[in-house]
Amino acid sequence: MDFESLRGRIDAVVVGASAGGVDALVTVLPSLPRAFRPSVLVVIHQPRERRSMLVDIFSARCALPVREAQDKEPVQPGTLYFAPPDYHLLVDEGPSLALSADDPVLFSRPSIDVLFESAADVYGHRLAGLILTGANSDGARGLAAVRDAGGVTLVQRPDTAHVATMPAAALARGPADFVLSLEQIADLLRRVGGGHEG
Amino acid sequence: MRASKDLDIELKLLLDAIYLKYHYDFRGYAMASLKRRMTLAADHFGCPTLSHLQGRLIHEPDLFPELLNYLTVQVSEMFRDPSYFRSLRESVVPLLRTYPSLKVWVAGCSTGEEVYSLAILLREEGLLERTLIYATDINTQALQKAEAGVYAVDRIAAFTQNHSQSGASASLSDYYTAAYGNAVFDRTLKKHIVFSDHSLATDSVFAEVQLLSCRNVLIYFNRELQERALGLFKDSLCRRGFLGLGARESLRFSQHASAFSSLVWEDRLFQKG
Ligand SMILES: C[S@@+](CC[C@H](N)C(=O)[O-])C[C@H]1O[C@@H](n2cnc3c(N)ncnc32)[C@H](O)[C@@H]1O
Repeated sequence: MDFESLRGRIDAVVVGASAGGVDALVTVLPSLPRAFRPSVLVVIHQPRERRSMLVDIFSARCALPVREAQDKEPVQPGTLYFAPPDYHLLVDEGPSLALSADDPVLFSRPSIDVLFESAADVYGHRLAGLILTGANSDGARGLAAVRDAGGVTLVQRPDTAHVATMPAAALARGPADFVLSLEQIADLLRRVGGGHEG
Repeated sequence: MRASKDLDIELKLLLDAIYLKYHYDFRGYAMASLKRRMTLAADHFGCPTLSHLQGRLIHEPDLFPELLNYLTVQVSEMFRDPSYFRSLRESVVPLLRTYPSLKVWVAGCSTGEEVYSLAILLREEGLLERTLIYATDINTQALQKAEAGVYAVDRIAAFTQNHSQSGASASLSDYYTAAYGNAVFDRTLKKHIVFSDHSLATDSVFAEVQLLSCRNVLIYFNRELQERALGLFKDSLCRRGFLGLGARESLRFSQHASAFSSLVWEDRLFQKG
């Protein structure tokens, strides 16, 4: 797949990360330009505290607006959303955001699989799914759902990941369109998300 | 894309069938998570599609109670979000003291953890003796467990920690006795609780209450059904009555928002009027 064919096609990017995820996201998300058009929905496993620091950390660094996802909120283009701690984040018709307090999946709430599967259902081939560093296999199923729906799949190159388990598990489940380092991922997102010089 | 469209059709038909056959109305629920749970249910019942599940549900009524555990989500905990209960003590209890008798409604009480938490809190604040708590849910199995008030002891450590973070003066162990791997909650708490089957989707207001706690229920509804439920809450609360929602729920997108003011936003406590 070449990225010229992706330009303008992607409405949303779903991102899953676990151990080492904040550092990985700090490499990727702040490089997205203000004119980046797709919505970005992120699940990162974190301790079950009620107030999360993620929004503070990333709004200080990112050109795009950063929010904690709210239930029933319409998904805005060019906005970064983080799943709140201890709730699953899903995409529902609209598209709008939905939270749920269902049981953890693979010991995780929020679960990467739950976000990816629901997003694949709503966005189909207009979705990109990205799996980053992590120490478990959450996201492997979800990325497969993105692939099955015709979406674009991206995985951090396991040998460049802080913990290789999660990207390796995603790749073991099926091939990805792009297996890249963090810098390359940032570059690819900038190109397909529009808003860069050209 | 095709496959998922088919799944949407099947889900809609399944919910229609459930409504027609069992009078439980899930048609106004948030679809993404419901779809996920119904797919899990089909797996569990060995049905290759939701259409198969629909057929079996129509012809095998015994399946329905088990399916109800997929349609609804029974995840709860005592003193879940301790700061909610701390704020109740600090900002709501002083005003509740001014009423000679109190009515409280816990809507969507699941297996009872939230109800007993409130009952314990009210006892600690010296208010339980003048209080009647209505605890309602649509899941009758959950209601039976709630009424029993028995929880596995391996959950008690987490409950105890939450309870002490809620600003409690006593220890949680004052309110239960341990027996055969279970913690059995004090019967005298139960004297003040009425458990009943009530649906926010199809039933109406049944009492006037001073405090209404409905946590992690509205997130399972779509906006229209949320509006219905919030309308019931508004009509059920007395003037200046209190409404508590789940940690990630709000009135932000609701037409009823103007009927409430926010009392402790961080803990989703609102006051009518
Ligand atoms: C996640 S539990 C919340 C339990 C508790 N309130 C808490 O926050 O820990 C959601 C509960 O809402 C109940 N519920 C779902 N639909 C309902 C309806 N239409 N009317 C009343 N209760 C409902 C479910 O059966 C379930 O027990």
